[in-house]
Amino acid sequence: MARRAQPISALPGAGAALVVAALIFGTLAAVALRAEAGRGFGSSDWAALRFTLTQAGLSATLSVALAIGLARALARRRFFGRSVLIALLGAPFILPVIVAILGLLAVFGRAGWVSQALGLFGYEPLQIYGLHGVVLAHVFFNLPLATRLILQGWQEIPAERFRLAAQLNAGPRAIWQLLEAPMLLRVVPGALAVVFAICLSSFAVALTLGGGPRATTIELAIYQAFRFDFDLGRAALLSGVQLVLTGLAAFVALRVSAADGVGTGLDRALRRWDGDTGLARGLDAFWILSAALFLMLPLAAVVASGASGLFLLKPNVWMAALTSVLVSGLSTVVLLLLALPMAASVALGRSAMIEVAGILGLAASPLVIGTGLFIVIYPIADPFSLALPVTALVNAVMALPFALRILVPRAREVMARYGKLSLSLDMAGGPFLWRVFLPRMRAQVGFAAGLAAALSMGDLGVITLFADPEVATLPLQIYRLMGAYQMQAAAGAALLLLGLSMGAFWILDRGGRWHAEA
Amino acid sequence: MLRLESCHIQNGAFTVQADLQIKAGSKVAVIGPSGGGKSTLVEAIAGFLPLTQGRILWRDMDLTEMAPGKRPVAMLFQDGNLFPHLTVAQNAGLGLRANLQLSSQEQAQVLRALQRVGLGDLAERKPAALSGGQQSRVALARVLLQQRDLLLLDEPFAALGPALKAEMLDLVAEIACETHATVLMVSHDPKDARRIADQVILVADGIAHAPLATADLLDNPPPALKAYLG
Amino acid sequence: MKYSVFAAALLSVSAAYAETPELTVYTYDSFVSDWGPGPAVEKAFEAQCGCDLKLVGAGDGAALLARIKLEGARSDADVVLGLDTNLTAAAKATGLFADHGVSADYSLPIAWEDATFAPYDWGYFAFVHNTGATVPTDFKSLGASDLKIVIQDPRSSTPGLGLLMWVKAAYGDEAPAIWGDLADNVVTVTKGWSEAYGLFLEGEADLVLSYTTSPAYHLIAEEDAGKAAAAFDEGHYMQVEVAGILAGSDQPELARDFMQFMVSEDFQPIIPTTNWMYPSVTPAAGLPAGFEPLITPAESLLLSADEAAALSDGALGEWLDALSQ
Repeated sequence: MARRAQPISALPGAGAALVVAALIFGTLAAVALRAEAGRGFGSSDWAALRFTLTQAGLSATLSVALAIGLARALARRRFFGRSVLIALLGAPFILPVIVAILGLLAVFGRAGWVSQALGLFGYEPLQIYGLHGVVLAHVFFNLPLATRLILQGWQEIPAERFRLAAQLNAGPRAIWQLLEAPMLLRVVPGALAVVFAICLSSFAVALTLGGGPRATTIELAIYQAFRFDFDLGRAALLSGVQLVLTGLAAFVALRVSAADGVGTGLDRALRRWDGDTGLARGLDAFWILSAALFLMLPLAAVVASGASGLFLLKPNVWMAALTSVLVSGLSTVVLLLLALPMAASVALGRSAMIEVAGILGLAASPLVIGTGLFIVIYPIADPFSLALPVTALVNAVMALPFALRILVPRAREVMARYGKLSLSLDMAGGPFLWRVFLPRMRAQVGFAAGLAAALSMGDLGVITLFADPEVATLPLQIYRLMGAYQMQAAAGAALLLLGLSMGAFWILDRGGRWHAEA
Repeated sequence: MLRLESCHIQNGAFTVQADLQIKAGSKVAVIGPSGGGKSTLVEAIAGFLPLTQGRILWRDMDLTEMAPGKRPVAMLFQDGNLFPHLTVAQNAGLGLRANLQLSSQEQAQVLRALQRVGLGDLAERKPAALSGGQQSRVALARVLLQQRDLLLLDEPFAALGPALKAEMLDLVAEIACETHATVLMVSHDPKDARRIADQVILVADGIAHAPLATADLLDNPPPALKAYLG
Repeated sequence: MKYSVFAAALLSVSAAYAETPELTVYTYDSFVSDWGPGPAVEKAFEAQCGCDLKLVGAGDGAALLARIKLEGARSDADVVLGLDTNLTAAAKATGLFADHGVSADYSLPIAWEDATFAPYDWGYFAFVHNTGATVPTDFKSLGASDLKIVIQDPRSSTPGLGLLMWVKAAYGDEAPAIWGDLADNVVTVTKGWSEAYGLFLEGEADLVLSYTTSPAYHLIAEEDAGKAAAAFDEGHYMQVEVAGILAGSDQPELARDFMQFMVSEDFQPIIPTTNWMYPSVTPAAGLPAGFEPLITPAESLLLSADEAAALSDGALGEWLDALSQ
């Protein structure tokens, strides 16, 4: 069959996907080939697999179930500060894990605010450690994401349908049956699969809040294989299992989610005519208030405990902050260089393999990538001198799945709307890229870049394998502070990290939308 | 002369066959029931859809394998003819240079084209600040600058009111005369055809029939057209 | 013209650089941090060796060994500093290490006879608590109590592995039962010492697995007498931190000099208030004020490197079983 004309080549995107796949599979192969005979998959590894699936399943179900209630309340209420609240709801997702755990413990820990309040009434302190603690933390991280995905579904129900429903005097039940339930059936499976995939590779959360070896995830088993047994073969095997599981979840997510995307522009409220009863109002207020408290209190705790520590920060912490900003900036550039061509290729219809390659970042174990890169780099160059570029590259690959979710729907829209016009004006190639594609993608590029910068800022990542004392990133410096009994300074540095992550996100996201035309 | 020699055009699972000739300088309306293949025919000439068989020739030049932007074709689409992030002048200027690196001489040319369509004062506006009719005029200014032999219209004025649409069609006719362009215009309204077209191509059930004089065809419609006109 | 001056300058700098021998020492992260012994050690050794001492942090103790195994014989490292006796058998088995040739009058509670690894500091594992709290006197009373403890994962942390060996050395085949009793006291298990100690300071547990020397930090650096270590009747397991020379070193002379420096009066006094451990050779001036109130265990427990290596897999299995119930 003859080739259809395209305004832009799909090749760079395919190349970027190849780079990503080569990085992930190449490092895995490097680790596997370096392995001596190991002891293979043991019973404890099966236990880790079971626990991983259980916690990811529970976390995904709970996150999405709560997100439905929250998204419904947000979709049908308009109130002062709604758009600010929606923006702040995004914060936990871009929060560095170590900072988030400190915040969660300050609220839900044995000596946390809730336990102290319970103590006033003579109750036992909360017991956060265990499977439920892991799930709680995962809900904290993923509820905002799930809410955004589902709220998107609500916003995409055309306003005319709600007008029609109001005309027909449909009550909440009827609206649920006619409009909301069909939409949820379409949106929920995708949201479930995304959260499930994210929780599969959980590591730091499970370690700290898991309460012991019961809560061993696959990523933790990989850690054990490296550190305790130095069994590289098993580490590679476990990492392969994790890749397959996440690949499956991602495949499901792609298959079932028709209208995907972590959309922007969710601050638009639909005019609704239903849900005006006192009960519905009370219920929605309850949802919004409790979600806001659940998500905001830990952030407040980080701010409260870190404020005094800010004054204890030495120049080396500020240097580390600078390094982190640098790594984060570099990582964002790398991410865009990978994600934009890939999004363009997917939008052109060359999707299957490229989309899967983009998802792999969710599944890849940073420890395996880091070690694999170390094995590959070590014979040719000094790994230390490459610490920062390698960290930036790996962080970019980790952020890629989210960036693609944001960029692809918009890229499809741009291609569909302006592809032919640009072709007929002989704008294929450079002119299309610079004059049409990038300008039309600005808001989404800003959002994706902000997310990537924030995620990279907070990630401890592979730097631990490569770091030398002079080039610590801020998360690494926080660990070093904690390791030197400097807990208060660590809390101050955590607050600084929180500020930098949020700041980077805000600036880039804003920059994308600033002066952007409709 | 535009010649479609035993063409088979593939559009998904749908195929349109065409074997016909259009005289240079004529204005031809393409009418027929929706889903019959009108847009498919025009898009194949513009180069957006591949031929599985046959070839397309313009004045003995084989267009079949040419990229859309390299063909002697200017096209206006149903909607989205302007880029919302570019100014009126930039949108029109794309007709001269796709990369918008215009010389001062070319910029003056753009301004003249905008004045020709009555938009000389609005050159620095963005499309969102224009009315529907004004947006169509910007697209026509660009056509003027493109200076292509063939002008294809895929119902670009469908959203305009009757008076405004008539005005635009007249402007199209004038511009076609000035640029000596051959016009192919998709329409579902026989009145449009009568207004500016010398000839009509009927596309129905996957077959594009050879052009016939407008008045003859519309006054004595064959059965397929009769069913459509009602 | 300018160019050649620049090039000449560059050449002479790099020539000078090449003349200064470089000694690369791999160690754990907290050793090289600004609060650790690293900066002072580097200054003291460079003052006497006419060389460039490069201290490289590679994660924690367990990561250090993994790193050496990954790099193999090609490693740039001349010396590895920061393994403990639970890891030395595995380290020795790599065949990557040479004899150290160091002799010193160690002040360890045990005799030191390892020809491959030389100790630079040591300490006793202990459970640290806030003063004034009820304190267990052994593992059995801890297991019977409601006290909450935070410990480290033996799969990722040297103190975690140390606790495993402590229970094994004290109770042998009874260890699974002890762990069974302790299971409900364990609030959580962390990846490393930092997280565990942080949780303890945040009030998440009554006791944390650390060292008998930890209270000295609070006393000396924060003038806080509020922390103490619980003395256990079974005795306390020791952590002896050691260094060794890599056989593939291109600076074997310098490496031996460093090892001798490590047990000398120039290195040892740095240890107590930076690494918060006991120096392996007590300095002439004695230990700093703040170390005297520390508990002295009734008995020092330590499995030999070979015993530890032979027992670790089984002990880990028992630990996993007990805590996974």
